[in-house]
Amino acid sequence: MSLPSENDAPERGLSRRPVEIATALLLIALGGLVLYDSYGRGAGWDGGPQNGFFPARIGWIFLAASLFILWNACRREDGVFVTYAQLGQVVRVLGPLLLFVALIAPLGLYVASALFIIVFMGVVGTSRWWSILLTAVLVPVVCFWIFELQFRVPLPKGPLEAALGY
Amino acid sequence: MDDFSALLAGFQVALSWHNVGFMAVGVILGIIVGVLPGLGGPNGVAILLPLTFGMDPTSAIILLSSIYWGALFGGAITSILFNIPGEAWSVATTFDGYPMAVQGKAAEALTAAFTASFIGALSGVVLITFVAPLVAQFALRFGPAEFFAVFLLTFCSFIGMGRENRAKIIASLCIGFLLAAVGLDSISGDLRMTFGSTELMRGFDFLIVVIGLFGVSEILLTVEEGLVFKGKQARIDLMVVLRTWAGLPRYWATLLRSSIVGMWMGVTPGGAIAASFMGYGLAKRFSKNGKNFGKGEIEGVLAPETAAHAAGTSALLPMLALGIPGSATAAVLLGGLLVWGLQPGPMLFVEQKDFVWGLIASMYLGNLAGLVIVLATVPVFAAVMRIPFSFVAPVILIVCAIGAYTISNSTFDIWLMLIFGVVGYVFKKLDYPLAPLVLALVLGDRAEDAFRQALLGSGGSLNVFWANGLVGTLVVLALLLLFWGPMGDLIAALRGKNHPKTAEAAE
Repeated sequence: MSLPSENDAPERGLSRRPVEIATALLLIALGGLVLYDSYGRGAGWDGGPQNGFFPARIGWIFLAASLFILWNACRREDGVFVTYAQLGQVVRVLGPLLLFVALIAPLGLYVASALFIIVFMGVVGTSRWWSILLTAVLVPVVCFWIFELQFRVPLPKGPLEAALGY
Repeated sequence: MDDFSALLAGFQVALSWHNVGFMAVGVILGIIVGVLPGLGGPNGVAILLPLTFGMDPTSAIILLSSIYWGALFGGAITSILFNIPGEAWSVATTFDGYPMAVQGKAAEALTAAFTASFIGALSGVVLITFVAPLVAQFALRFGPAEFFAVFLLTFCSFIGMGRENRAKIIASLCIGFLLAAVGLDSISGDLRMTFGSTELMRGFDFLIVVIGLFGVSEILLTVEEGLVFKGKQARIDLMVVLRTWAGLPRYWATLLRSSIVGMWMGVTPGGAIAASFMGYGLAKRFSKNGKNFGKGEIEGVLAPETAAHAAGTSALLPMLALGIPGSATAAVLLGGLLVWGLQPGPMLFVEQKDFVWGLIASMYLGNLAGLVIVLATVPVFAAVMRIPFSFVAPVILIVCAIGAYTISNSTFDIWLMLIFGVVGYVFKKLDYPLAPLVLALVLGDRAEDAFRQALLGSGGSLNVFWANGLVGTLVVLALLLLFWGPMGDLIAALRGKNHPKTAEAAE
């Protein structure tokens, strides 16, 4: 899976083993949490299987699999999980996306999408300003037409829509 | 004969004007979904599902399954022209499809891929037509223990046949089960694993998980490689199509082999992805031109595409007949059936004859429509890929957010989608398979109910799982499938010591 751009020295990046180990530890913690909750409510037999019965058994299998993954992660040779250049690209998408989701509750989905498009395309920076603005206006309007007017599916609305009478 | 007349009646249902219209719309939407990175079969269907709640179930499932066909076709376009698999099951298509495009034979490669898809899908539908009613009739005798055994069979075959690290498949399955257990327990009426949170009381809706795991994470993976795609041009004219078709009968053995592999992998949920690789690997081993594979051999396009579509289509057989989906998309379709108040499984064939046969008839017509539409519109969809990704990505993400919200009108779900998007990104990079997670999430509650009811009936004795021949056979089969993969690896490892070359060929 080598790309033509990677022919010189291997790119620096986050190595795989710590991520692999961290994930496995997280899964182990999750397994522990499940077992704690299931045994807390009862995972035995009380005239029938109690409601923690099945999750507890799955929890044990899960814990065993996660421990095995952890052990495997420690002994396998290390590689690059993601190069810093790639990570930068991902953050440039994830950042605006986070902002978008955070803004949906206060501003409504339509305004938040317009802002999301402006920020995202601005950050990526390959488009001219007028095409960004056009997209930022058109996409929410089209979404509004499809969902609100055609399918009558209400989406979260904010102060702007209220001011316009919707 | 009874079934045959039912099928004819089904064609009447499927051939009504508005259903044909839905089919065409579905196929076109599906191709778009298949071409765009970040939208795929499972989450394309998941996003559109809420929009169909108001529709007549037959039309709705025709629309949604047509999206599935379209997505299966669409994945091939990007693999061949852009060397970017639009779907995981079209990865194997890039091996020979892209080299063909580089040599200027893109039109031949595309025609071959679409035709192979059609043949694969058709063999899957034929299988469904003849076998599904028998399976359903057989399954009418199933009790809770038998049903749990079938679930076990499903999960074991996932572990045994999977290509990924088996511990990770198991972990992925368990996560699905545990997520399914969160929220209200349907038998005792208690809340489980909510830790006092009111948002978690509803549990995790699998549609949201699907949109996050398959949609958002796919976008994150795609942007890693930058935001511009470079592709080859393709125009398909009738002459090329006819010439390619004329050459196809020579490859009947490959087509037949891939169809069988695909049907098997689809029914036992190995899935389209594994099937496409297996189809490719087998064709490479048995073909006279095996050496040329990877350099632009048409057989290398035919084999994985046929297998992937045969598997993708056959995955609907266990969904319809047993209520157990064979793939992630089938799982989403199953969720749709439940929303429309249709309980998939053996009773469906008795109680909802019109629906079942309408759907099966629509599979024939939808694939035919798909083949025609996709051949006619390749240039348009290749152009879709030339829209800069900085336009496409935000639109896809907004559509994902809307899809997540509309499922139960909750902004919390959009956050969940985001979280699962990041989880999916990390999992994909670490080779955790995602399909088992979704499958376990969809089936978790029902598997657990079957398990508990079986144990209730037997007073807690596990003997109920080999109490009679039927359930015993199923359990033995499940265990066989579970150990199939590890045993195969062991044999390959032992043989590999003696003949290093055979191990290489098996790759």
